[in-house]
Formats: sequence, C-alpha cells, structure tokens
Amino acid sequence: MLSARVSAPPLLVLFLAVGLSACGGGESAPPAPPAPVAPAAKPVDPATAATVTGRITFSGQAPAPRPISMASDPRCINPGAVTETVVTGAAGGLQNVFVYVKDGLGDASFPVPATPVVLDQKGCQYRPHVFGVQVGQPIEILNSDATLHNIHALPMANQGFNVGQALQGLRHTHTFSTKEVMVPFKCDVHRWMNAYVGVLDHPFHAVTKADGSFTLNGLPPGTYTVEAWHESLGTMTQSVTVGAKETKEVAFSFAG
Amino acid sequence: MLHLYALVVAASTAVLIFAGGLVTSTGSGLAVPDWPNSYGWFMFTFPLENMVGGIFYEHGHRLIASTVGFLILVMAGVLWRVEPRAWVRRLGFAALAAVIAQGILGGITVLWYLPAPISIAHASLAQIVFCMTTAIAVATAPAWRRSYARAGGVPDDPTLQRVAVATTALIYLQIVIGATMRHTGAGLAIPDFPWAFGRLVPPQWSSQIAVHFAHRVGALTVAVMVLATAGYVLYHHGRRRALARPVLMLVALVCVQITLGALTVLSGKQYIINSLHVVTGGLVLVTSLVLALRAHRARFPLAESHGGTLDSAAIVESTSHGGSAAGVRA
Repeated sequence: MLSARVSAPPLLVLFLAVGLSACGGGESAPPAPPAPVAPAAKPVDPATAATVTGRITFSGQAPAPRPISMASDPRCINPGAVTETVVTGAAGGLQNVFVYVKDGLGDASFPVPATPVVLDQKGCQYRPHVFGVQVGQPIEILNSDATLHNIHALPMANQGFNVGQALQGLRHTHTFSTKEVMVPFKCDVHRWMNAYVGVLDHPFHAVTKADGSFTLNGLPPGTYTVEAWHESLGTMTQSVTVGAKETKEVAFSFAG
Repeated sequence: MLHLYALVVAASTAVLIFAGGLVTSTGSGLAVPDWPNSYGWFMFTFPLENMVGGIFYEHGHRLIASTVGFLILVMAGVLWRVEPRAWVRRLGFAALAAVIAQGILGGITVLWYLPAPISIAHASLAQIVFCMTTAIAVATAPAWRRSYARAGGVPDDPTLQRVAVATTALIYLQIVIGATMRHTGAGLAIPDFPWAFGRLVPPQWSSQIAVHFAHRVGALTVAVMVLATAGYVLYHHGRRRALARPVLMLVALVCVQITLGALTVLSGKQYIINSLHVVTGGLVLVTSLVLALRAHRARFPLAESHGGTLDSAAIVESTSHGGSAAGVRA
C-alpha cells in the first residue's frame, strides 16, 4: 500500500538554499551599458553665442498643493511638505518645467561635464524635483535622510535600475548612455517621492524657477525647436531663430 | 493533531496571499531592491525599525512567506514520516516544491523589476499552493477518513464530480485573469461599475480594457456556475452536510467577492479592499476545491486510515439519483 516515497533531503537542501541563503548585496543595479563613442566635441564660439530666455506660465486656477502624509515613516522629517505636481509662483509663473533645445543643433557634439549633478533625498523628497544632465554626465544620488530609500529609475530608452540606500550619507553614481526626455525616478519605500531627469546630448536645457523664468545660454546662432515639458501638463514647442550674440525671448503658457 | 496543523498551514497560506496582495496594492514590490537579502541584511536580521513605508509590506511579505515555507516543510516532513497514504505524502512534497518555486519566482520578479509574466506566475502559483495546503487539510481530516459518515455521507455522483471540478477550474482561470489584470495595471482600465464607460460593453478597446472586461465577464460566469453547482448540490444532496456546507459557503463567498471587486473599482483600488479581493478569490477557489474533493471521496479507498488500519466507522451510502454505491465498510 505504501508506494515509493519521495526523497526528502534534496528538497530540504533546495529549500534551505533558497529560503535561508544570505548572499548578495544591498545594491542590485545591473551594470549600465557602455556609453556610445561620440564624435569630437566642437565648443561653441563665445563670440557668437546667443541666448534664449523666457517665462512659462500657468493659465487658469492652479490646483492647490496637497500636504504629504509621511506617517508611514516616522524618520521622514519634513513638516509642511506638499505635492509638487503643479507649482506656481508670482503672476502665474510655472516652476519645474524642463525647457530644452529639441531640434536644430544638427550633428554637433558638445563636451560632457565631468561634474556630477547631485540628486539629493532630503526630508523624504527629491531635490531637485526636475533636472537635466548630458549623456555620459554622472548623476550622484545622495541619501541625506536618516532612513532607507530605494532609487528606482524607470527609463524607456536607457537601462533601468533599482538601488537601495539603507544608511544616511550613502551615495550612488549613475550615468545614462542615451538621450531621453524624461526619465522618471521614484522611491517605492515612500510612494510620494518622485523626480524627473532629462537626458540630452547637449547642454542647452534649463528648469524654470519659482517665477517661471528660464535661460538657455551659449547657443550657436541658428533656428531651434524649443520644447517645454511638464510632468502633468504635457509638452509645448516653439521655433526660435537667434543670430550671433542675440537674445530672444519665448513664452509658453500651459492651461490647467 | 496533524489535521489541526494542516489547517493552520492552510490558514497561514491565506494570510500570506493577503500580505502579497498588500505588496502589489501599495506599489511596494520593489521597495526592497535586493533578494534574498534585504538592503544587504540577512533577511531574518533586518532591523524591525527599518520596516517603514513600502518596506513594511515587502519585507513583511518575505518574512511571512519564509514562515509559511517552514510550516510546509515541517508538514511535508511529518507526512513523510507518519502518513500511510502515498498520495497524501506526495501532496505534501508537491506543496513544498511549489512553495519553493513560489519563493524563487518572488525573488526573480524583484530582481527583474516586476515583469508582468513572472508576477502573474507568482500570483497564480500562490493559489496553487493554497489549494495544496487546503487539500492536505481535507485529506487529513478525521471526517474524510470516515467518509463524512456523520455529515450525511458523500455519494459517488459523477455529475457532481464533473460540475465541482469544472467550477474549481473556472474559478482558477478567473483568478489568473485577475492576476493578469492586476499585474498589467489594468485594474482601473474600466473606471465605472457596474457599467463599462456607461455602457454594457466598452465602446473603446485596448489590451488593458480587454483583460479588465474579461475579468468582469469571468466573474459573471463564475457566479452563474457557482449558483448552478449550488442548485445541483442542494437539490440532489441537500441533506448531506459535507456537501451542502461548502456549497453554501461558496455562494456566500462569491457574493462577498463580487462586492469587493466592485468596491475595488469604485474606491480607486483602495489597498485594503483590493487585497481582500485577492485573498477572497483564493477562499472562493479552495472552498470550491473542498467541494470537489469531497465529491470525489468515494473514489478513494473506503476506509482510509491515518494509522494504516481500517476505521471502524462504516456507512452505506448511495446517490439519490442513480450514482453508484459508495460506502460499504468493514
């Protein structure tokens, strides 16, 4: 009546190996693919460099920022923290809009800054909330909080990563290899935390300040498509032509 | 004693499924980026004060899963040592193998950033584990060994057996569709209920709307099938408590489950309601499984004994509609 019994030891070993093993580390980011070899950079002649400046506004009734409840982590100390989805300033200025030259630079290449852009996790919010980097430029992600964060990047064109930072002061450096507007970052520990980075193959990008203003400096003379990107309001584009040492103003108005 | 332990294991599996539901419902699946470690700590030494935000759900799920895995390991070991029925022993090892595979799938889905096919497989296998632990609890029950003599007995009714198995299979298919909806972000693809964009059938289609609508159609189909099963059982075997009880429980659970599904949509996927919907789906499945197993009781040896000797409890049962005699006991 008792037919063949299943042998237990191999299953036990497998269970112990899987369930109780303790290998691996806290950071699980897959290695980023090597950056493509760029053509030799041609610096812009400062004697002819032009500027595009402007202001981005929000028309209509801006949604009121909502307080963020950080009750799920008592170590998140940030009284008065509010959502940053739509941030408006004086006279309807729209903050946190990523403005960049989308088209018109041809196949020109530009030197890649070696200085990293710092993305800080402070008060359980990302600082800055929106920023830009160049392809190959390092992003240094810093944990200034006395709690754990994971940094979860969700690009479409680049390699995604999810890295844990369990201790205050930890830094992680990442470099994106392909241009992409925008790459979202989020923290799965603190669901309200998100940030966006625009990855470009040139330095002509800016993020609007509290009054909605921005400046793109050092442009070669030419005709450009300038795009303004907002995380919830979408994108707008304009064409602008600048001559040598000329400054042109452009304005965008997002509707609520 | 073994039956009581098996019940605890089955109940703990339900708790584990609820905890897993919370992980997905709170979007915490990647809150702990590494596996099997947690932020570099050995899983069981991870400081409790670090269980904040999404880590609470993800790491809590891992701890509960480890506990359930250990409970199943012990159960498989005990069955191997003391259980005379080969199929029950094999079921114990199958449950152990399934829960190990489930742990590996859980780890892979974290390390690969929650790919939908792996996450769906993880959710679907969880229900299989629940079915296995429940089946062991059923098979080790004293009432099973007595062929439910004190609960009206169970006839060898082929129609009932087919209907019960079909209902169980349909419920499982519905759960797999639900898992697909859940892990492809289609939970609110149709934002209203009971209508779909104000109509009976969605006026527009996408893959997400299609899988969401399939889950709703599946719910309706399951409800009809469960009612038909209940009607059959109550009409033909209404006095047999061993069958009437699970089928009534099944009807009640389906009502609760449909209500929870509606509330999940109407609440915008409130995480506790959403997770209760997940675990109630599992309870619907295993209740149907209990009915199916009991309906097949007559196909097993008449006096299955835990101790290897025949039970003295003997009954003579026959179906009320022409089924074969089921229980002639020595």
